[in-house]
Amino acid sequence: MSLPESVIHDIGYQRYDGPRLGRGYAARSLFVHGLRVAFGLGRSAKAKIFPWTVIGLIGIIAVIMAVIKSQGEEVDYQDIPQIASVLALVFLAVVAPELVSRDLRNHLLPLYFSRPIHRADYALAKLGSLISASWLLLAGPLTLVFAAGAFGTGDVWAELAGLFKGYAVAAFYAVIFSTLAVLIASITSRRAFAAAAIAAVFLVTLPVAGVLISLEHDPVSYLAPIGSPMMLPEGIREWVFGTGEVNVGQFGPLYGAAGVLLPATCVLLLLLRYRKVSL
Amino acid sequence: MSLNDSINNPSPPPIIAARSLTMVYPGEVRALSDLTVDVEPGIVGLVGANGAGKSTMIKVLLGLLRPTGGQVSVLGLDPAVSADEVRARVGYMPEHDCLPPDMIAAEFVTHMARMSGLPRTVARERASETLRHVGLYEERYRQIGGYSTGMKQRVKLAQALVHDPDLLLLDEPTNGLDPAGREAMLAMVERIGNEFGISVVVCSHLLGEVERICDSLVAIEAGRLLRADRIESMTAGLDVLAIEVAEGTEELARALADRGLPVRREDRALLVPLADEDVYDVILGTVADLDLPLHRLDQRRHRVAELFASKFASEEAVDVVA
Repeated sequence: MSLPESVIHDIGYQRYDGPRLGRGYAARSLFVHGLRVAFGLGRSAKAKIFPWTVIGLIGIIAVIMAVIKSQGEEVDYQDIPQIASVLALVFLAVVAPELVSRDLRNHLLPLYFSRPIHRADYALAKLGSLISASWLLLAGPLTLVFAAGAFGTGDVWAELAGLFKGYAVAAFYAVIFSTLAVLIASITSRRAFAAAAIAAVFLVTLPVAGVLISLEHDPVSYLAPIGSPMMLPEGIREWVFGTGEVNVGQFGPLYGAAGVLLPATCVLLLLLRYRKVSL
Repeated sequence: MSLNDSINNPSPPPIIAARSLTMVYPGEVRALSDLTVDVEPGIVGLVGANGAGKSTMIKVLLGLLRPTGGQVSVLGLDPAVSADEVRARVGYMPEHDCLPPDMIAAEFVTHMARMSGLPRTVARERASETLRHVGLYEERYRQIGGYSTGMKQRVKLAQALVHDPDLLLLDEPTNGLDPAGREAMLAMVERIGNEFGISVVVCSHLLGEVERICDSLVAIEAGRLLRADRIESMTAGLDVLAIEVAEGTEELARALADRGLPVRREDRALLVPLADEDVYDVILGTVADLDLPLHRLDQRRHRVAELFASKFASEEAVDVVA
């Protein structure tokens, strides 16, 4: 194409012969981009207000816990994710639509899918961003409490073991909350609807499970927390570490299974959603 | 149906080759029907009315839709099989709005460059440069939401161009632009094709708009190929000479007819088909012999639109395809 004469005029435009990193790189970049969007990094000041307010509030919880701990009181790392879970839910209800509904609304998908990145890559990268963001949100205060307490008490190794168990509980919350939130947000292009739907799914099931638990009927009150995504992570914690806030009776393994099946189903539906999404 | 080869470049491989390409959507909606065409490198106009199958064609070329029949190759690759390789080397500018209003243009284009596989620093550099090439300078650090339609179209073009594709697919790039914006966009497309050396497929329902900048045209109607050829071969032999003399128009018309030229009157001018170069000499000789004051003698290009207009009018599209 480029005849010698035309090159003379072509002082501005440079052809690119360098590496083209392909699908995996694009997916990783999208993941990092999503993580930054979740915390409002690289975006306007307005976009930073909300996530950093939530982080600030969770930070206050962490500081209070750290102070309690420094007074010599016992603080279980595993309690912190549950204490922060409502804030984490609010965070997800805003950030999940920000990550997926916005792309639908702005018709960005044709631009993504006409590039090497695949539909499944896109969906999983977005999900990965949200899981990581919510995990960081929950694991941050644990780390803060650990840092504050580690130097005071003698047994650093026991503290460290407690911290990692706390991280694991934070992961239960992050995975269950995020898979559900992304799936709901991917259905609508309206951010407000998506946020309301996420809040509804989590908050409506909570009192229902609460009522069923209060019945104190043998299988019903032990099984009820499975039906609430807010309580399910606590049930898994009870089964894995025996420290959960809910009583699961002998149904522990069922909570484990639900902890795998619910996110797996959400991911499957999410992938199907993006396979069918119209461009 | 293959396009003519140019003299300098004996037989460049086609950038797009379709063989009996057929796309039937669920519900028996036939968007592409037995389409066979070879497209040479250069600027190609893909013209047809709305709903003729242009956007479907683009989606098939990008591997976003799998054709229900026939084959297609893009840059020598089958998009249904090697979608990743095709998409890494193709840039796509959709017809509709596709920009996030709350992102800064430079960051958005950088992000899209990375999605195309460009390393981080290269992505940033090329995003800045590409935005400059499409005419966005200081504005590129502002949020896209505050842009005019013309500026948004430029950003859309920039994101398609940022990874230096070998083929650019532009779906109605002048949509929604005012006349000045249309001119600027067409000039940019022409520059990309001729100076940057990137092949461009421009989809448009406005033939008159793209014919000026295209090397060749592919016209489709109801998913069928109407005609595909180089612009020159479409207009060859169809140009006319317009002659105006201050006086003696009748006299000249008779004299030219006597010399075997088919003459038509149009207002004050005489029109003679430009069959070959000798026609000039004959006309000038005749005017000189009659000693008439010649006002004007110029070549009038046939607009491609007229050809299609007559094609459409003449018979069914099937005849043209056959």
